[in-house]
Amino acid sequence: MKNINAITAIAFRDITKLFRDKTRILANFVFPVIFIGVLGGSLQANLQESLPYNFLTFVFTGVVAQTLFQSTASGIISLVEDRQNDFAQELFVSPIPRQSILIGKIFGETIVSFIQVSAVILFGVLIGVPLVFPSLMKLFPFFPIIAFMGGSFGVLVMSTLTNQKTASQIFPFLIFPQFFLAGVFNPIKILPAPILLASRVMPMTYAVDLLRSVYYAGSPERDFVVLFDTRTDLIMVLVLFVIFLTLGTYLFVKNEKDR
Amino acid sequence: MPKRIIEVNNLIKKYKKAKELALDGVSFYVEKGAFFALLGPNGAGKTTIVSILNTTLSKTSGKVTIDGLDIEKDSLDVRKNIGVIFQSPSLDKNLTAEENIRFHVNLYGLYPYRFTFSMMSSKYQRKVIKMAKILGIKREIHNPIKTFSGGMKRKLEILRSLMHEPKVLFLDEPTTGLDPISRKNLWDYLIDLRKKKNVTIFLTTHYLEEAEDADYTCVINKGKVVAKGSPREIKAQLVERCMLVDAKDRKILFKELKKFKVKVSGKGPFRVTLNGIEPQEIIQKIKTPLNLLEIHNPTLEQAYVEIIGKNS
Repeated sequence: MKNINAITAIAFRDITKLFRDKTRILANFVFPVIFIGVLGGSLQANLQESLPYNFLTFVFTGVVAQTLFQSTASGIISLVEDRQNDFAQELFVSPIPRQSILIGKIFGETIVSFIQVSAVILFGVLIGVPLVFPSLMKLFPFFPIIAFMGGSFGVLVMSTLTNQKTASQIFPFLIFPQFFLAGVFNPIKILPAPILLASRVMPMTYAVDLLRSVYYAGSPERDFVVLFDTRTDLIMVLVLFVIFLTLGTYLFVKNEKDR
Repeated sequence: MPKRIIEVNNLIKKYKKAKELALDGVSFYVEKGAFFALLGPNGAGKTTIVSILNTTLSKTSGKVTIDGLDIEKDSLDVRKNIGVIFQSPSLDKNLTAEENIRFHVNLYGLYPYRFTFSMMSSKYQRKVIKMAKILGIKREIHNPIKTFSGGMKRKLEILRSLMHEPKVLFLDEPTTGLDPISRKNLWDYLIDLRKKKNVTIFLTTHYLEEAEDADYTCVINKGKVVAKGSPREIKAQLVERCMLVDAKDRKILFKELKKFKVKVSGKGPFRVTLNGIEPQEIIQKIKTPLNLLEIHNPTLEQAYVEIIGKNS
């Protein structure tokens, strides 16, 4: 009970921080404009004729998954920032297990990612991305699963980072290639062997494909867009979540005390 | 016999990438309700000791207990009983002062989490306002931390660390960066707090005058304990008490001083090393009219300089 109270406080601290960070709020609206509006729009205009599915919808579903994954992962990395500006000390001397701190962060950043993904959906609707609303609604239960996976990926990365400078250098290097290898903006069904291998080991690939497999379920476009069946994607996402969280938590607890 | 609240026995710490030991067999204890000061130059191992005691750093070997609890096996229970004021403020700059306190009480499970101050229990609200009033930050309690001065941040950290009523309050260089008035105010409050709540104070500091009132002092250098005892004991062991005297007729004064079993140096004014003799004993027997009389009691700083000098 006591831990739940602490987890709630940690989670809501992240939400409060989001609402006070004007740059981050602005970025919430700028990124969908760039990713869906500019990137998706231009590719749609140039490639649509040769594609058997709507490219804007394809990019939209990819960006929704990527936003949930990346927002939560980068939010967890903010623990490195807390450590740098000494706030982490307050967390670490409190009578709650390190695991609860991480759970609180994952919950908080999951809610933050929901707020961010709402901006993506709103923007998609506003610019007229062709969406099937019942299919869109079916995605909602999978949002927390993808956010948790992103959070656990963030925990694993964060547990090995020592300072803010390293975090800001390493994290983009780990996340940006995933955009393309996971097929957020580009089809990855057919790829040359080395890229295919890289694509299939990227955790974000299964997050993106999970949402697409649910969205396109039963539609004629499904076979052109989706890589695996929903069950396979879901199992992969859950397995990776457990591995990342277990290993990340272990390393975080160990590295924090054993200096 | 007063209860020992902190016991440190043969504590050794070696950092992962370091060649030398950061702590090399450190042992000391702190009695319940005492004011304990840990002194030492930069890099001596003070923060390492505090970090191990507050359970955020693992030890290499040795035994450490706080209120009878092992700091590794019972770390969560130990943390419930301690409050820590770190060298650099550990406040969230994105939150207001009160939000920082609310976050703290929720971490410690003292009050159920609520999204706003007004939604928190009235007991919490009263306690925060009362303590903020005592510390003189009542008006600013809902202001963002960004607007706080160094002194106000320190006061807020003290207020926060006392919310869960710790048995031991660790203060790691608490007045670094504070102006003299803020330092004085802070100490007035801490002394008062100790009297009223019987909180054990564990201080590390560079400002040796802050440790003058300590019940017990431990001086460490290069990871080893080099002196311990009350400030008075340490001073008595290491620094001699002396007095400075002068008179118009220095020759006669010198002759008179030589009659006592004391060391007299200088050509006037004369420095008289007292060797345990009370100054009164000498002065009442001197007939020569004095035009200078100064009694010098050693400071902890003098003793400290001597101890560290010997061990460098």
